Amino acid sequence: MHMPEPDAGTIARKSEIVAALQAVVPGEGVIFDAEELAAYESDGLTAYRQPPLIVVLPETVEQVSAVLRYCNEQKVKVVPRGAGTSLSGGSLPLADGIILGLGKFNRILDIDYDNRCAVVQPGVTNLGITKAVEHRGFYYAPDPSSQIACSIGGNIAENSGGVHCLKYGLTTNNVLGIELVLMDGTVMRLGGKHLEAEGYDLLGLLTGSEGLLGVVTEVTVRLLRQPATARALLLGFESSEAAGDCVAAVIAAGIIPGGMEMMDRPAIHAAEDFVQAGYPRYVEALLIVELDGPEAEVDYLIFRCSEIAKAKGAVYERVSKNEEERAVFWAGRKAAFPAVGRISPDYYCMDGTIPRHRLPEVLRRMRELSEHYGLRVANVFHAGDGNLHPLILYDANVPGELERCEAFGAEILKLCVEVGGVLTGEHGVGVEKRDLMPSMFSEIDLKQQQRVKCAFDPDHLLNPGKVFPQLHRCAELGRMHIHRGQMPFPDIPRF
Amino acid sequence: MSLANDTLRPETPDQLQDALAWSLSEQAPLEILGQGTKRGWGRPVESRNRLDMSALTGITLYEPEELVLSARAGTPLAEIRTALAEKNQELAFEPGDWAPLWGGAAGAGTVGGMIGCNLAGPRRIRQGAARDHFLGFTAVTGRGETVKSGGRVVKNVTGYDLSKLLCGSFGTLAAMSEVTLKVLPRAEKTRTVLLLGLDDRRAIEVLCAALGSPHEVSGAAHLPKDAAAGSEVSFVKQAGGSVTAIRVEGPGPSVDARCAALRQELAGFGGTEELHSHNSLQFWRELTDLAPLAARPDLAIWRVSVKPTDGADVAAEILAERDGLHLFDWGGGLVWFGTAPEGDAGEAAVRGALADRGGHAALLRAPEPLRATLPVFQPQAPALAALSRRVKEAFDPQAVLNPGRMYAEF
Repeated sequence: MHMPEPDAGTIARKSEIVAALQAVVPGEGVIFDAEELAAYESDGLTAYRQPPLIVVLPETVEQVSAVLRYCNEQKVKVVPRGAGTSLSGGSLPLADGIILGLGKFNRILDIDYDNRCAVVQPGVTNLGITKAVEHRGFYYAPDPSSQIACSIGGNIAENSGGVHCLKYGLTTNNVLGIELVLMDGTVMRLGGKHLEAEGYDLLGLLTGSEGLLGVVTEVTVRLLRQPATARALLLGFESSEAAGDCVAAVIAAGIIPGGMEMMDRPAIHAAEDFVQAGYPRYVEALLIVELDGPEAEVDYLIFRCSEIAKAKGAVYERVSKNEEERAVFWAGRKAAFPAVGRISPDYYCMDGTIPRHRLPEVLRRMRELSEHYGLRVANVFHAGDGNLHPLILYDANVPGELERCEAFGAEILKLCVEVGGVLTGEHGVGVEKRDLMPSMFSEIDLKQQQRVKCAFDPDHLLNPGKVFPQLHRCAELGRMHIHRGQMPFPDIPRF
Repeated sequence: MSLANDTLRPETPDQLQDALAWSLSEQAPLEILGQGTKRGWGRPVESRNRLDMSALTGITLYEPEELVLSARAGTPLAEIRTALAEKNQELAFEPGDWAPLWGGAAGAGTVGGMIGCNLAGPRRIRQGAARDHFLGFTAVTGRGETVKSGGRVVKNVTGYDLSKLLCGSFGTLAAMSEVTLKVLPRAEKTRTVLLLGLDDRRAIEVLCAALGSPHEVSGAAHLPKDAAAGSEVSFVKQAGGSVTAIRVEGPGPSVDARCAALRQELAGFGGTEELHSHNSLQFWRELTDLAPLAARPDLAIWRVSVKPTDGADVAAEILAERDGLHLFDWGGGLVWFGTAPEGDAGEAAVRGALADRGGHAALLRAPEPLRATLPVFQPQAPALAALSRRVKEAFDPQAVLNPGRMYAEF
């Protein structure tokens, strides 16, 4: 994995840049000491490390704007960072770039229950929003598994999901407005407490743009009323095909569960060994189906799902009788990653999405790849929306094993694309999947995406080296070759 | 221009790309039309050549159990609705049938037009708009290049979400050949709780209370007396005053329980009534299709999006300046205002009411001369306008796609 060649001139000017940043952000807000910089050398994708040139931690939007304006003028690269939990290396630093940390933007500014929204600063954690409103029976719906640590600003950058997104949507469906600073320092607002921003949906574009288009300094999110009740079904099947059939049948019956998770046998065993959730060890696939909503509805739908599961050959069934039991059902699933971490020195979490009915084929080919690469794999799967998280087990201390693991992972993601799916369902492209982008997009597709980037940041200074395998100069991308008068009568029906 | 007043009607995606190549080569901008049902929404396009998308038709993929459907952009929306209904599914964001607003036949319109205008009905408050269900596309940009974005799975963050940009871009960025949508099961049952005779302010308090309840309200509207009087639901028509409506949908036992709970919790606001299946469907269909305004072809129509608790004040402020017919959807967050298309058609009053509040207003329907001179869409602050222009140029640097449709400047 190669990052853009660091610019020696910028590195040589470090002390001058530090002084300029200190003039904007006084006190402790500029970090340049090698020892302190080490704390920022990686994010949630720890396989890659690179200390940044400088870290700056502004506290106001004016400071963010001034920092970006300075960097734009001086052609200094900037990597924005929230809580640093990206699993795709979205905030991996650059040797010749500054990290713009939004950690000090940690205040909740306004909670508006009448309009069912909250205005928060981007460094507030995902769970922090729910914690601030749950006493009134409200919550913020997207719940990525890192929600205790990840920031809402980072959620916007990555368009984060979670286990409830089939019913409640991703970040993009739950954000109403943002305050945004462009690379040239321009501050603007998109959307607000009303529904939909006017004009082009730049808010929708910004969500999931992985910190390449602008820096978010304020967020307005939609709040939802907590469902009156939630109950879960634990279902075991003798094959992943049968479990997959059950998922399809539930949806075909018109039921959209709040959550629908699948685990394969290796994941079930790892979880059970770790937290003793009471999962059956003899099944090949385990489903957790959670129904939430009004009590009358949940009772009715639990019954219907149970009937469907029986018809699809479930060999194991338990229904949660109370909140405590529901929590136990989820405990194993939620601990699946650390559980796998216990049985292997290292693991690598993948994040493809596939059309759900291709699951048996994908699992079969994954088993073949597992044998080929000599690495074990455990699968957890957001079954409702087809988002697959294979966990590849490896040992970084064994020479060559990380490389084999990465090659295996790349094969899995290409397989996802081949069956009609995508490279990433919720973790983002970042640096991790950057070089795989051509397996999903043509050169023309990627160039068009970069033209959008050019509309925001024509010098590629904001988070360069992420998402796009090859950077094209904006002037080159803008060029068009039109041959006047060459197509006077194309072969198109006309009237 | 040698071929003025041409209409190109591509029948394949390749021909669509050729049409754009022709347009660029001849410097002949194109007005993109599906069936032209919503042609009156937006500024008049500065082009005499048409790109007729109505021959690019057909559902290319429909997998009910995967909740996904793909279709060529010119596919009639009616065909898609029928295919979904056969599997007991629907477009959950409730796109309206707006052709009759401009005198067109009911049931017309294409899926491409629906995306281009980012339609959304009363269920917007719960299920979002077209943008929230638009998973991916293939399109030809104003550079004459075929690009794709997104995919056919509901969870996807691979690359920029260009679908969001195209949705609601009124054909000014690219001409779509194929679109992919998330579809959802239809609710088993629907019921509507009604409160009668409330004034606007009180009504919106009720709607906010209902939307803040755990009863999963999927429609929250208020029709003042004049708007209610035109309903074909006899109970609403004969109410003799305003009607405030709150919808619940879902499995039978759930709907019954939530309806009962809502009536109990809202009792403090006055007496409640209930609309059952057929009447409930009819009521919300009328609102989705803007029937009260379709019945008044003499009026210009404003679509005003504000934060819900501002709805009543915004309407009062506009009405203090100008007579008109108004109604509320989205819990008060969407104000529809019909007024005589005279003078500025109420532009100063409507936009003036938003000045200190935020939100935006678009002139949905007005005679062409008004749409050519008034800012149809909410004017943008200079920095945002400049960014929008750069985005337009990233897709369509020669401005050959629907020039002038959204903003006079591009």
